[in-house]
This record gives sequence, structure tokens and C-alpha cells, in this order.
Amino acid sequence: MIPPLPGSALDARPCLATRQTPGPMPGGSADPPKVESDGCRLGALRKGQRAVVTGLDETAVATPLPPGELERRMIEMGLIEGARVEILHEGFPGADPLAVRIDDHTLALRRAEAHAVLVTLA
Amino acid sequence: MSDTVLSTPVFPAAPPRLALVGNPNCGKTALFNALTGARQKVANYPGVTVERKMGEFLSPAGIRVQIVDLPGTYSLRARSPDEEVTRDVVLGRFQHEAPPDAMVCVADATNLRLHLRLVLELKKLGRPIILALNMMDVAEARGCRVDAAALSAALGVPVVPTVAIRRNGVAGLLDQIDRSMTVMTASTARSHSSPCGWSEPSARELRAYHQEVESILAAALRDAGRPSLATQRIDAALLHPAIGLPFLFLVLFLMFQAVFAWAAVPMDMIDKGLGWVQAAAGAALPDGLLKSLLTDGIIAGVGSVVIFLPQILVLFFFILILESTGYMARAAFLLDRLMGGVGLHGRAFIPLLSSFACAVPGIMASRTIENRADRLATIMIAPLMTCSARLPVYTLIIAAFVPERTVAGGLIGLQGLVMFTLYAAGILSALAVAFVLKRTIFKGARDPLLMELPAYRLPSPRDILLGLLERARIFLARAGTVIFAIMILLWFLGSFPAAPDGATGPAIDYSFAGMLGHALAPLLAPIGFTWQIAIALVPGMAAREVAVAALGTVYALSETGDALSGSLAGVLAADWSLPTALSLLAWFVFAPQCVSTLSVVKRETNSWFWMLVMIAYMTALAYGAAFVTFRVSSALLGG
Repeated sequence: MIPPLPGSALDARPCLATRQTPGPMPGGSADPPKVESDGCRLGALRKGQRAVVTGLDETAVATPLPPGELERRMIEMGLIEGARVEILHEGFPGADPLAVRIDDHTLALRRAEAHAVLVTLA
Repeated sequence: MSDTVLSTPVFPAAPPRLALVGNPNCGKTALFNALTGARQKVANYPGVTVERKMGEFLSPAGIRVQIVDLPGTYSLRARSPDEEVTRDVVLGRFQHEAPPDAMVCVADATNLRLHLRLVLELKKLGRPIILALNMMDVAEARGCRVDAAALSAALGVPVVPTVAIRRNGVAGLLDQIDRSMTVMTASTARSHSSPCGWSEPSARELRAYHQEVESILAAALRDAGRPSLATQRIDAALLHPAIGLPFLFLVLFLMFQAVFAWAAVPMDMIDKGLGWVQAAAGAALPDGLLKSLLTDGIIAGVGSVVIFLPQILVLFFFILILESTGYMARAAFLLDRLMGGVGLHGRAFIPLLSSFACAVPGIMASRTIENRADRLATIMIAPLMTCSARLPVYTLIIAAFVPERTVAGGLIGLQGLVMFTLYAAGILSALAVAFVLKRTIFKGARDPLLMELPAYRLPSPRDILLGLLERARIFLARAGTVIFAIMILLWFLGSFPAAPDGATGPAIDYSFAGMLGHALAPLLAPIGFTWQIAIALVPGMAAREVAVAALGTVYALSETGDALSGSLAGVLAADWSLPTALSLLAWFVFAPQCVSTLSVVKRETNSWFWMLVMIAYMTALAYGAAFVTFRVSSALLGG
């Protein structure tokens, strides 16, 4: 029923509680220079997981908003590099939307859009 | 702290005007109520439909200050019609309204990050600002310590701690307003402020704001405190996947029970009062046009709308409680996924909920929806929610045609079951229409949900009471203006031309309304409507429940109100076939018979087009549903 989105919760790489040791990647040395990010996205986290925001990448999600708008709204709501996040609650059904604690406040957002938020597990 | 104001420019000699600005959920309205008490009035901004809440108060030094409460926003980059008003007022973009002389920025002391970012943006406007650190009591209880002096020094604006819900909790703010006023009126320069340095920030500038906030917090926040433990515990239950939705539905069920149970007595009193006024006016005035206009047109017409005031107030009592406790945002959270199934935004929940009392406040509540397509879809389906004006019609027909017996082993009353079916038909068809709309004209992904879930709070009785007064005022003002005018028009249509001498039928039969009804009758015959129903539908345009009174007139009964419903039911049971009655019920589930709703749709969408679309699609649905109902039930009953 909900429009399919690139990188939905189902096909996203699960974020493990402990950071994976970087082994030799099949793609060789083409890793992006962002050493802080472990490729994890907020939209893939489950209830109880904590992380730190490392970047915003709104090109990863489909949105009716003009380019740059989702990123700005997210920054205005506190989703900014360095913010500490924790998944407090998950909606029903489909564990969507998410209630995310961001520093001192709590934000409700859908998994689809949460995929625009790059995080590293804390 | 006031020395920072000294350097800023000056107020004109006229009463100074302040604007209250802040994030949603910062206790801004509570602060507004604490400052102004009941001295508030609500009007519309010229050209837009967002309500403009103005108030007045006398400062301790005796200065009369005007204050306007602006819709809450996280940013001056407006996203919804509500937020556009805030932006346009503080930027002075309204043609007929001077920009405010100063701004009182309200921030939740427990959650300063997002609020301070807005303060930094507001500072760019170059107008004087006072920062009210609200909810200091909650902050202290959670071990959050803010150094107001350090914050003031870092921000460069005066900072005052406030507790809006406590007596004398705004004394410090009043003193600061006085200090600022005195400083500003003492100076004679009239140049308003330093030039506005605000422009829409880019993502990079927003990040820069945030960094500035972090350095300010490093200087002024002594202890960030703990998050609200109570809120975490309540949410663990109320947002639980298994408990959350059943609890929400239980709350809604109790709410509807209350809307009907609590409002019954006051509605009865209004009804009796109106009957008394009508009788008194009838006795005092000589027979004639004036008496007819006053008793049948104005008192009966406006009264038929005013009678819903108790129900609307009970509904808003619950809505205000749900909003002020913070549960409303949770309801939107819980329903977002389900409503997403038909393409609706979680925020559409509040407008749709209000529409069960009356679609007019429901449609107005859709302003908080940011995306225009989402908002239009919500507006278009709001009138499908069974509003309380349909109830008298449902009650009348059900009483006349549905036997009073129980089904399912005596547990469920058949009449109640039919009523429930009619409600369910409205809701399900609204969802179906939304589903179709979002896949055709309002195509596209939904707007993102980025909604703060505020900490739970106990509602303040004063704020609930003032909120109810505001709703009552708005509703009565509508009844006194738009509806008043329409009632006079309909009275005219129903009274002229007068019946000729020696006429046998009821007078309305000879009037313009009667002619219209007779003209419509052939169109309505395929769905089983008699010509009497066709005539009653004409005055029923004003408000659905008027159709009951009109049916009474057509059937030439003399009683009014309950007596009429009682005896009319008997007449109808004898005169109509069951398929006709069912067909009329189906018609009323969908028919756009409410001039008030249509006029508010025109106003809110600022377009005749969407109003005409609504008339067209609802009439088509009503006709189709009535046609199918009539044909199927006729075939089944062998009629």
C-alpha cells in the first residue's frame, strides 16, 4: 500500500549491535572517504538501538519535496551530524513509523525517510 | 539584562504590539492566556483563513500592550499555511498590518536546542526580542539547570524564566516587557528597527545555526537534566504495538459516547429555550411577514444550528485535553501507518475527528497539514464523516422504519446497529475516496512525517476553558453571520410567493422552494424520493437537520421539535415505502447538503474549483448510493 522506496526496511543491511570489523571488501579500495560512517542508516535500526548521526543523504529516498527540502527539515528537527539518537518505539504494523529520541527531544518519523539519515552505531 | 535592548531601536507612540513566537509545544498558548486572561479575540487575517489571536494586557507600569499569538513553528521557512502566517507577520509582509514592535520568543527550557535555533533566526529580523524560558518548573524537576544570565549574554537578548501555568509565573516577563517598553518609548526616534537580515537559510546555514546553538548551550546549560521518566513509562504502554491502537480506539469510543450523553441535557435546554423564545415572539408580534421571518426564519433557522453547540463543545473539550496532554501527536503516530494505506498523512486524523461534530471546524483544522495535496485530500473527505447534523435525520427515519428490537441474542439493538452501519458507511467511503484521490489527482509520495512527540503534561483547566470559549465564540459568530444570512434566504425561498387564497396544500408547496422541489422531483424519482422529499431537500441545503423541519412543514404538521419528530415518524412510516426510507438514509451519508461546509471549503482552498468538485463528487456518490439502495431493496422486498 505504501509506495515502494529504495532501501526500504526489508532490503536494508541490518545494523549489528557491534561494529563490523572492516575486512577486505569485494569492491577493492573504492570505499568512500567517510570513515566515520559504517554504512548504517537510521531507517534500518530497531527498537532500543542507539547511534550517532554522521550525515544526511536525501537522495536515498523518494519524496514529493523539492531537492534539499527534506534535508533542511531534518536539520530543523534536530537530525544533524553529531546528534545522538535512540529508537524508543516502533509503530504498528510493520514497525513503522519510528519514535526517535534525538538528544533532548523525541521525533516521530517514517522508516522510509529515516533512510536518508546516515548513522554510526553507538 | 535590559541593556541589550538599549541599543535596539524604538517603538512608536501607539500602543506597542508584541508577537508571541515559538516552536509548537513550548507552552506558548498557555503563556498567552497567562498574560491576557480572557481579554482575547480571534479574527481572520485578511486574505488568509488562519485565525489571528489578539489579546491585550496592562503591564505593571500601566502600559497597554497588544499581543498576538502566532502559530507555532520550528523555522521561518514556512511549510504549512499556519506557519506562513507566522513568517509573514514577523517579516511585516502583511499589507494591512504593521510588523510587531517586538517579539516574545517562547522556548521550552527542557528542550532548548530546536528553540534556540529559531531564536537565532528571529534575531536576524533586527527587531527587539525577549526570550521567555518557559516551563522552568518542569526543567528544575528534571534536574535541568539553565543559567539565564549566561544565556542572555551569549544570545544578546534579555532572557526571563517563566512558568505560564503557575500564578505569578509570568511576573518576571511582565517586568522585562516594562523595562523594554520604557527604554523604547523614552527614545524619540521612530525608525523601527535595524534592517532585516533574514533570508531563507540553506542547509549549510542551518548547520551553522546549530553549531552556534551548541556553543551557546555549552556556555549556558549547566546541566542537561534527565528525559522525562513518566513520559517514557507512559509511552512504553501507549505506543506499544499491541496496546497502542486498542487504547486509542477506546479513547475515541468514550469520546463519542460523551459527545452524545453529556450534550443531551444542554441541547434539550436550548431546544426548550428556543421554543419559548419562538412562542414569546409569536405571541408578541402581529401575524405577518415580520413574525414569519423572525420566528420561522431567524429563530428556527439559527436555532437549528446553535443547538449543536453543546456537542461541539464536548468534542472540543476532548480534543483540547488530548492536545494539551501531548496524546494527539501519539494518535497521529499510531495511525500514520494505517492511514498511509489510503495515502493519508497521520496528521489528517485531527481534522477527520473534528468532522464528526461538524465538518466546518474539521476542515479548518486541516491547516496544520503541510503538503497541499495531502491537505486537499483531507478536506475533500472530511464531510463524509457523519457530522452531528445528520443525526436528527437518521434518528427520524430509523425511528419510523426500523423496529425497536434486539438482534444477536438480545445484545445489540437493531436501531443502534443501523446507526452504527451509517457511521461505518461514512468512514469506509471516506477511506475509499481518499484511496482513489491519492492514486489519481493527488498522486505522489506522502509528505514526510517529522513530528515532535512532546513530553506528557497535565492539562491546565484555565487553558482548556479559554480554548472552549474561543471555539464557542467562533461557532456562534458563524451562526450569527453566514448561517444567519442563508437562513433568511431560505426563508424567503420557502415563503414567496405566498399560497393563493383557497389553497389546499401546505404553503411551501406554492413557494420558490416548492417549485424547485417539483422541478427536482422527476430527477429524484429513480432513487425513490417523493416530491415531498424533493421539496424538503431545498431548505435542507442550509444544514442537513433543517430537512427534518422542512419535511414537517411539507406534511403540514403544526408541532415543532421533538413533538414533530415523534408524530412525523408515524406519518412517514405510513407514507413512504421502506426502500424510499433506506434510499434517503444512503443519500444523507454522502449528500453535500451543507452550505456552511461548502463555503468553508471555498475559503480554505481559496478556489471555487475544489468546492465544485466536492459538490459534484458527493452528489454523484449520494445519487449512486441511493439508486443502488432503492433498486436493490425494492427487488429484495418485492416492491
